Parts: sequence; C-alpha cells; structure tokens
Amino acid sequence: MPEIKPRIGVFVCHCGKNIAGTVDVAKLAEAASRFPGVVYATHYEYMCSDPGQALLKRAIKEHRLSGVVVAACSPTMHEETFRKAAEEAGLNPYLVEIANIREQVSWVHSGPKATEKAVRVTRAVVEKVWGDRPLEPTEIGVVRRALVVGGGIAGIQAALDIANAGFEVLLVERSPSIGGHMAQLSETFPTLDCSQCILTPKMVEVSRHPKIRILAYSELEEVSGFVGNYRVRIRKKPTYVDPAKCNLCGECAKVCPVRVPNEFDRGLSLRSAIYIPFPQAIPSTYTLDAENCLGIVPLRCGKCAEVCEAKAIDFDMQEEILEEEVGAIVLATGYELYPKEAMAEYGYGTVPDVIDGLEFERLLSASGPTRGEIRRPSDGKIPKEVVFVQCSGSRDPEHHKPYCSKICCMYTAKHALLYRHAVPAGQAYVFYIDIRAGGKDYEEFVNRAMEEERILYIRGKVAKVFREGEKVVVWGVDTLTGKRVEVRADLVVLAQAVVPSPGTEELARKLRVACGGEGFLKEAHPKLRPLEALTAGIFLAGAAQGPKDIPESVAQASGAAAKVVALLSRPKLEHPPEVAEVDEELCSGCGICAPQCPYGAITVDEVAHVNEILCEGCGTCVAACPSGAMSFRNVGDEQVLRMVRAALEVEGAGV
Amino acid sequence: MPEFEPRIVAFLCRWCAAAGADLAGTSRLQYPPNAIPIRVNCSGRVEPQWVVEALKAGADGVLIGGCHPGDCHYVVGNYKTRRRIYLLRRMLAEMGIEPERVRLEWISATEGARFAQVVSDFVAELKRLGPLHGNGGRG
Ligand SMILES: Cc1cc2nc3c(=O)[nH]c(=O)nc-3n(C[C@H](O)[C@H](O)[C@H](O)COP(=O)(O)OP(=O)(O)OC[C@H]3O[C@@H](n4cnc5c(N)ncnc54)[C@H](O)[C@@H]3O)c2cc1C
Ligand code: SF4
Ligand code: SF4
Ligand code: FES
Repeated sequence: MPEIKPRIGVFVCHCGKNIAGTVDVAKLAEAASRFPGVVYATHYEYMCSDPGQALLKRAIKEHRLSGVVVAACSPTMHEETFRKAAEEAGLNPYLVEIANIREQVSWVHSGPKATEKAVRVTRAVVEKVWGDRPLEPTEIGVVRRALVVGGGIAGIQAALDIANAGFEVLLVERSPSIGGHMAQLSETFPTLDCSQCILTPKMVEVSRHPKIRILAYSELEEVSGFVGNYRVRIRKKPTYVDPAKCNLCGECAKVCPVRVPNEFDRGLSLRSAIYIPFPQAIPSTYTLDAENCLGIVPLRCGKCAEVCEAKAIDFDMQEEILEEEVGAIVLATGYELYPKEAMAEYGYGTVPDVIDGLEFERLLSASGPTRGEIRRPSDGKIPKEVVFVQCSGSRDPEHHKPYCSKICCMYTAKHALLYRHAVPAGQAYVFYIDIRAGGKDYEEFVNRAMEEERILYIRGKVAKVFREGEKVVVWGVDTLTGKRVEVRADLVVLAQAVVPSPGTEELARKLRVACGGEGFLKEAHPKLRPLEALTAGIFLAGAAQGPKDIPESVAQASGAAAKVVALLSRPKLEHPPEVAEVDEELCSGCGICAPQCPYGAITVDEVAHVNEILCEGCGTCVAACPSGAMSFRNVGDEQVLRMVRAALEVEGAGV
Repeated sequence: MPEFEPRIVAFLCRWCAAAGADLAGTSRLQYPPNAIPIRVNCSGRVEPQWVVEALKAGADGVLIGGCHPGDCHYVVGNYKTRRRIYLLRRMLAEMGIEPERVRLEWISATEGARFAQVVSDFVAELKRLGPLHGNGGRG
C-alpha cells in the first residue's frame, strides 16, 4: 500500500476564557500548523457550538482532511460531538481525537508552561491520529427471546414483564416448582398479606402465558455466544410423571413407602419419593425424586404406577438436553440461609428447638407441617417463651459474614408479632444489634410489634445457646445496661444470614459473570448499573445480587426486564470497533493471551482469535503477547511510541 | 542555570486515573505541568516496553495511573499491570536505573486531589533523583 501523506487538521478551542485565559491559543494553533502531518490549524471561541462544528465540517471538506484533532475539553465531554460532526462531513469518526487542554492543562496550570504543555499534548494526539485507521462498528443481529434463570418472585416478575412486552421467555427453575422462597412464607411484612395468596396468581399467570415456557427441574448446563446471540444448553431432569396426564389425585404419594425430609417444609415434615412440593406448585404435577425412589433401577417397587389411574407415571422417562438461542439472560437465582452447621455456638443443628427463620415461616404457615399452630419440633409443645436472635451469622466479620442481611430486622419483628397473635399468652424476646427498618412503612411496623405486642427487644449479642432439660437457655449481654441476660426459652429462632443460592458461583463462571467477595452476583456498577452484569446482555434480579425483600426483588426484576426489552427491541446491535486483533502471521499460538481476557473473548487453535463482540477493549492481552501478534485497533504500539516521542521532543514544544 | 524540570509521561486509564485528572481540573487544583498525559482504555494496556521507550526517548519518569484494586473497569486489568510493572522495576534496577522513576498509582475518578498530589510528589522525587539523561537544565 503506498504511504499516503496525512492531511491532519488541528482545531484549538478557546472555551471562552476557560482555555484561552491560560493557554496562548494563537500560539498553539501556530505551533500546530508546523507539526508533521498537519495541513491546517486554527482556533475558535467555542468549537462545540454550532458555528464551531460548521467550521470543522467546512475545513474537513475544503482541506480534504484525513484526520482531525480538536484541542479542547476532556474527551468525555465532546468526543462524540466532534466525531459526529466529522462523520457528517464525510470523515470516518474514528479519525477524530481530542487533545484535552482544559481539564488537564488550562484549569490546572498557569503561565507559559501551560501553553508549552498544551503544545506537547496536542502534538502527541496528532501522532495518534496519524496512525489511526478508519473503523466501522461491528453490527450483529439479536435473537428476540430471553432466558430467565431462577423461578422465585424475581424470576417470575422478570419473565412476566418480558413476555408481556411480546417476547418469548424460557424460565429455567431447578426445583420441581417455581415460586422460590416466597412460596414458603406465611404472611409478609409490612402489610401481613398472605404470601401464597399474592404469589399464586402470578405463578398461574406464568403457567398460562403463551409466551413463557417453564422448564422446571432443569438447570443451565452450558452457555456460549454473546449479547444478542447466546446459545444455552439446558438439562431437564426426568420427573417420571407426565404433567399432561397427572390429575393431582395424590394416590401415588399415599402408597409410596419412602419417607424423606420435605425440603419445602425445611425438614419439619416428611414426604414420599413421589410428591408435589406444595399444592399450588407450577408446573402442576407430581414429581418422582429418583434419588429416593426404590423402584427406578432396578424396578423393585413400582407401587405408585400401579395406583395411578391416569397412567401418568413413566419410569422410562429420560433426561432431556435442550439447545436454545436467546438474546438476553436474566439471573434470578435467589438466596439460601446460612447453613446450620456454621452456627454451632447457637446450638443450631444440635438442639432441635433451635430453628431458622424459614423453618419458623413453615410453622406459621396455615398449610405448613403444624397447620399454622406454633409447635416446637422436639415434642410438639406450644412454646411459652420464644427468643428471636437477629444478625445470626451476619455483621460478624471475624467469625461469619461481614454484611447486613437486610431483611432479618423486618421478618423478625413479623415473626414475633405473628407468634403473639398465635400464642397470646406467650412472651417473645428479640436480641438485636440495632434495628434497620429503612423501607416504606417499615419503622411503623417494627414499632407496632414493640409496643402493641409487648415484645421485649434486648439490645445485645447472644453469646451461647444450649439445651437444659426441656428448656433452651440463651445467654446474652444487654449492651444498654451492661448486664448479663439469661432467658430460659422453649424455642429459639435464628435470623440466619442470607447467602447466595448454592451453585451461584459455578453458574456465574459459566456465564463469565463476576461474583463479589461474598458470592452474590456482581452488578456492573454499584450505583449506576445495578441491574446488569458486566457481561453485556446478562441482567440481575432479586436476592441473587444481594439480600433483598420482596418489593425490592420485584422492583429490580421489573427494571432488569425493561433493560431486556430495550435490548431485544433493537433491530441490530452495534459494538465499538476499537478492540484487539490478531496478526495471524506473527501469532505463535502460544495461548498466553487467552487467560488474560476477563471476557473470554480469545480462543486459540493454531492461532489466536478475538471475538470482536466479546472484546471490551481493555488491551490487557495485547500487553501480554510475547510475539507482538496481538494488537489494538487505533492504539498500536508504534502509534503510542510515536506519541511518547512527540510529547518529549524538546523542539517539538515550539514555544 | 534554571532549575531542572523533569519530564514525565503519564499513561492514564480512561475510567479512573484520567477521570481523576479531569476532576483535578474541574476542581481547579494547581499542580506542576511536567507530566504529559496519554490516555489508554485500561492500565492493563500499558506495555513495559512503552515505559522503557519513554525513558529512552527523554522522559525522566513514567507514571502509570489505574483504578484501585477491585475497581478496574475491565475487572482485572490493573492486577496484570501491577505484576508487569513490579517485574519491570526490578529489571530497571538491574540496569542501573532507579526503579522510583516508574510509578504505578491507583487513582479513582473521585480522587482529583490525589491525582494532583501524585504528580506533585513525583515531580519532587524526580528533582531529587536528577535527570536520567544528564540533560538537566532544559526548560
Ligand atoms: C425467614 C424469612 C422471612 C421473609 N419474610 C419476608 C416478608 O415478610 N416480606 C418480604 O418482602 N420479604 C421477606 N423475605 C425475603 C424474601 O424471601 C425474598 O425477598 C425473596 O424470596 C427473593 O426472591 P428471589 O426470587 O430473588 O429469590 P428466591 O425466592 O430465593 O428464588 C430463587 C429461585 O431460583 C431457583 N434457583 C436457584 N439457583 C438456580 C439455578 N442455578 N438454576 C435454576 N434455578 C435456580 C431457586 O430454586 C428458587 O426457586 C423473607 C425471607 C426470609 C428468610
Ligand atoms: S499471546 Fe500472542 S502469540 Fe500467543 S496466542 Fe496470543 S496472540 Fe498469539
Ligand atoms: S483487549 Fe481485553 S477484552 Fe479485548 S480480547 Fe484483549 S483482554 Fe479481552
Ligand atoms: S480501567 Fe482503570 S485500571 Fe483497568
């Protein structure tokens, strides 16, 4: 290719007095006119104004400019403006660069030194433009459907919103039913509406929605591709029951000889191997849990199939692998409670009458193992004194989790209040560090519990919980009075820390999504981009991103859904072309670059390949390549070195 | 003879360090004009070779500014930079060049004052070290 002489134009902006008051703009323009490669240089009062832009456009045409440097304010302000203007004048926008002589020169320096620095800065940027090539953004199509992972309230809300906007949704839930933890709750703070009553209609809406396909008892196995074009592999475990035939008669469960702890009741009741997690489950069908069934292989039992009149049970059902394409993914995998084993000091897991918050929800629930009567696990007695321990495992950086689990203050107040409704003669104690009731009507709710229900709030930490005869003894310190407190209780309820669902990190790895230190899915920006992952096209909803109550989970889910809808509505996606690229001649195929990339954009066979859509343009791989094969569009090594030399050239200062 | 004015090339990542430098401007903080900034996407793009070439081409010092650990816009770019610059500084020391001439600093977008301070300190330190090329006294 013949070396074409560059024809670069330099436009120095006065920015009123902001630049011109400090930097000698005439001198700068004059010096610039003598820079190698520059054919035109001028200065103007406000380059970003309409006349300023008109001047730029005219000069591009009149002087047939092959590149433009605007010496002005920070590129974060007007790079877009000038690139657009240049494009309108027929110049490729990637041949326009900004020399920042306001924020990084005129506002921070004074005297002739300021002008000298402005000259050096501008000179360096002229060298960059000299090396720049015209680029075109990469265009890609969008698959107009979404995947939602996790069928709790967050996933349900996201799926409904996306589907109601007219896009197909695949909703993948790993347990046999959607609903998540909300299905297990009794009544919900701060209004005390029954959880099932407000959740069930939404679950039914999901199941009836023509645009939503529920894949329950399924997990995401593999993900490849990129924003707008993800390919996912979903493993659907066999339920051995045909949901189309199952009429929910329940005869199968009656004859099943197996009894195992019922997960939905958090082990407070037993279920058979063939079961429905709860009566309102969606999909509305029984599921045969192969791990506990006696009959699957070899066929030893088969009692359930014998009694099923609908002939819905099929022992030959196989696992299915589904390959699907989606344009966007919402992760709504929710939370779990900190495991029992971790709280040995509170007797959790060893003293049967020490339970966690979700177990207490099941005791409170009218459809729970005790039909809503508060009966303690060990002997079924109604507890006369109950101790609630907040922050159990939370806010304890030394031994447990450093963070606040956020929902426990509220649900503990709810628990104590509901307990008092159920057992009016009972006494409730709450140990707390402080009360965080920051939501709408939350403070009022806690006050109501404290005052109307005469719940005894003790500010302090529980040191030890142990069993003594029929009692569970709680030792604590009241930090307001400094006195030791002992409560001989009948039941202790621990507000266990909220932790990410098991498997969250593994799932995140598959999706190249980051997890924070505590394992919750990490948002792209803690303040400004809380609904999405750093990986384009992946969005976050609900407690998977951090402890959240229902209103917050729903709000985030709707927000994430709106983002998904915006993405899926775009006819095409554009990706900036300033990315890494490989010179296949030079590449040795060593593969050093690939693990450097945080986005998994590089694959290596004989040589390395960069996926332009995945590459976010950090350049880390370029710096790592030992062969000089990896380069960066418009930030080439040679280009940078020329910038460096130009910036340092003594005469180059020209003032 | 005029006082020695060290020349510095500053590679600044656009998301944090360059934004911090912009904030120093918006806050009108005055600092010495010795550093010529070159903006890159991420400190992870900075190649040790650039630093060496800058020192060869007349720089008395090179500043690399990136996001604080954990804050890199590209997740881990700054960790890679940290390793590379650590190795580079050791290599420079072996070549008889004071490793203090290469500075890696984490400067967030909100740390305008810190940016100004870093440049001021670096200039002071390079004045103490003297010119790298025996070209002191140039303006
Ligand atoms: C004791 C207690 C009481 C509470 N009381 C209230 C209250 O009164 N009011 C209130 O507003 N909030 C309350 N909450 C909080 C409430 O439970 C949560 O805000 C809500 O459940 C969060 O919804 P989610 O969809 O984000 O997560 P979840 O409800 O946890 O749902 C996540 C779903 O994703 C599925 N899943 C997980 N991993 C995968 C995977 N890898 N693949 C596929 N599927 C997966 C799970 O099976 C589950 O169905 C309470 C919480 C507790 C612990
Ligand atoms: S590091 Fe360089 S040479 Fe090695 S595979 Fe990557 S591009 Fe090729
Ligand atoms: S420039 Fe960064 S994002 Fe692009 S391929 Fe290289 S390491 Fe990955
Ligand atoms: S973006 Fe600032 S160091 Fe990576």
